[in-house]
Amino acid sequence: MTTEAIAPPVVVPGRAIKSELMRQRARAARWFLVPMMIALAVVAGWPLLRSIWFSFTDASLTNLVGANFVGFNNYLRWTTLASGRTVFQGLLVDPAWWNAVWNTLRFAVTSVFFEALFGMAVALVLNAEFKGRGIVRAAILIPWAIPTVVSAKMWSWMLNDQFGILNDLGMRLGLLSQKVAWTASPETAMTAVLVVDIWKTTPFMALLILAGLQMIPKDIYEAAEIDGVHPVKQFFKITLPLVRPALMVAIIFRLLDAMRIFDLIYVLTPNSVATKTMSVLARENLFDFDKFAYGSAQATLLFLIIAGMTILYIWLGKVRFDGGDR
Amino acid sequence: MANIQLKNLRKSFGVVEVIKGVDLDIRSGEFMVFVGPSGCGKSTLLRLIAGLEDITSGELVFDGVLVNGLAPSKRGIAMVFQSYALYPHMTVYDNMAFGLTLEKGNKDDIRKRVERAADMLQIRQYLDRLPKQLSGGQRQRVAIGRAIVRDPKVFLFDEPLSNLDAALRVATRIEIAKLHESMHNVTMVYVTHDQVEAMTLADRICVLRDGIIEQVGTPMELYERPDSMFVAGFIGSPKMNFIGGSHAEPFGASTVGIRGEHLVIKPSDGVWSGQVIHTENLGADSYVYLEMGTEEPVVVRLDGKSEYRSGETVHISPMEDKIHRFDAAGRPIR
Repeated sequence: MTTEAIAPPVVVPGRAIKSELMRQRARAARWFLVPMMIALAVVAGWPLLRSIWFSFTDASLTNLVGANFVGFNNYLRWTTLASGRTVFQGLLVDPAWWNAVWNTLRFAVTSVFFEALFGMAVALVLNAEFKGRGIVRAAILIPWAIPTVVSAKMWSWMLNDQFGILNDLGMRLGLLSQKVAWTASPETAMTAVLVVDIWKTTPFMALLILAGLQMIPKDIYEAAEIDGVHPVKQFFKITLPLVRPALMVAIIFRLLDAMRIFDLIYVLTPNSVATKTMSVLARENLFDFDKFAYGSAQATLLFLIIAGMTILYIWLGKVRFDGGDR
Repeated sequence: MANIQLKNLRKSFGVVEVIKGVDLDIRSGEFMVFVGPSGCGKSTLLRLIAGLEDITSGELVFDGVLVNGLAPSKRGIAMVFQSYALYPHMTVYDNMAFGLTLEKGNKDDIRKRVERAADMLQIRQYLDRLPKQLSGGQRQRVAIGRAIVRDPKVFLFDEPLSNLDAALRVATRIEIAKLHESMHNVTMVYVTHDQVEAMTLADRICVLRDGIIEQVGTPMELYERPDSMFVAGFIGSPKMNFIGGSHAEPFGASTVGIRGEHLVIKPSDGVWSGQVIHTENLGADSYVYLEMGTEEPVVVRLDGKSEYRSGETVHISPMEDKIHRFDAAGRPIR
């Protein structure tokens, strides 16, 4: 079916005739967008461009104005020694950076996977009809409503090796043979961060999935009931395919968020190599170590990695943001 | 083949009782239509038969077997929904075959059954399409096809034509009638608020009002011998005229009911007289509305074109044997 075939012949090819009303609407829309575009340019566009610029300079925190352009030196540079050996330096060969990249990816993928899983379960429960559903829906959002710094501090106390309730419980129930320094020990630090993040963000995921579930008409479940489709099969053959667009969008939002994770790790496991992510490392270089240009390079690379992953995900998942299916 | 018995069936949602004790015997192979105004409980009654709602009290019996607690899929029913209720992410073929693939049937056998149903409904060329690529009428035919391939003993329709435009509604109505003829072993229960659908499709009509049965009978029984003013007013188009007060006294009734097609306009000496306030010409017939002191204007249905002008005073007489007399409680006097 082509709409071109029925277009009236008077239309100039390639240029649709717009009515006065349509033009007026387009004009109004542009004016409504202007404040947001200005705000975005000021708070996102300009800092982004500055960061990218600084990543090509030798800027330091004390000398931002006098920074000199050094090309790709912050990313990769090499010097050939008198002995004939070539030494590579810079961000792309920095093990601390690649450790942070690996930590970030591990954190993002694991946390989003479990959040999607638990979020789906919670959403399915909340989508069912039962007494007190409104209260449960509100209650489930509490972890997400608490500011991250507060919940990180709260969990940090619960996970404390000396006084924490989790160690106490574990010892009493005989699950632990000795108290564990959950946040300080390199073996458990990442798990601790993951647990807190999953606890905190599952409600957000559940809410987005719930919105998707509520778009599915109820009557097709009745048709499935008459067709004799087992509830488990109903989930995999009907619910999951139909909620997929909403789920994909929810996952993308969460992935973007998880890739930038900073506050939780900064508060819960400061200075742990096991959990240091790209954002944490970039901030450290920018402000603590006075390697402003190097930190900028890391920030730039973080931006590129997130952008790349998003594009890849949208392309692979064929995600459409208008809510329809493919 | 299935005969369905409803014995003192009741259904409450919370404290609200929607079905207030229904006794009904739906015969095997019969086309039964539930009709009534919105909120009368007709859809709820159908959903009770389907098993989509739990029965509060009473018995639902299929062929002598109590099915109150039986899952919908085990009742041997198929249902067509007003909103089609097609699986939006599946092709027409998959929509129709979905229930069958679960029974682990032979693939070729399933294909044959789906294609036969598709041929019956002339939707074979759409088997690979998604529901959203079809028009409303085509979607409803897919929904009917999905019901046919289940090879049900009982076919349930919940206002299947309500979402279609007028022309399609008539066409689909005829298809459903043909379907009933070709599947004469299958008991069909059909819910509608449209009395024309009820009259044209039904073997028997069950008129419901406020959760109780007003009358059950063939379309002509309901048309000719309504058991209440409610049924008399609900069945037939245009609506039956109710003439009360002093106009009805000579007939020994509180209200006289007379259909528009049973009134004759006379130049003089009519039983009643009134002023023409409006005329509607429908081509084959026409309606003349008269003001004569009744609650609603009296409608006279004439063959062909009406020559009467607004403001004109005319005399009318009812056909003696077509008069329905009702007492003050709305019950017929016979």
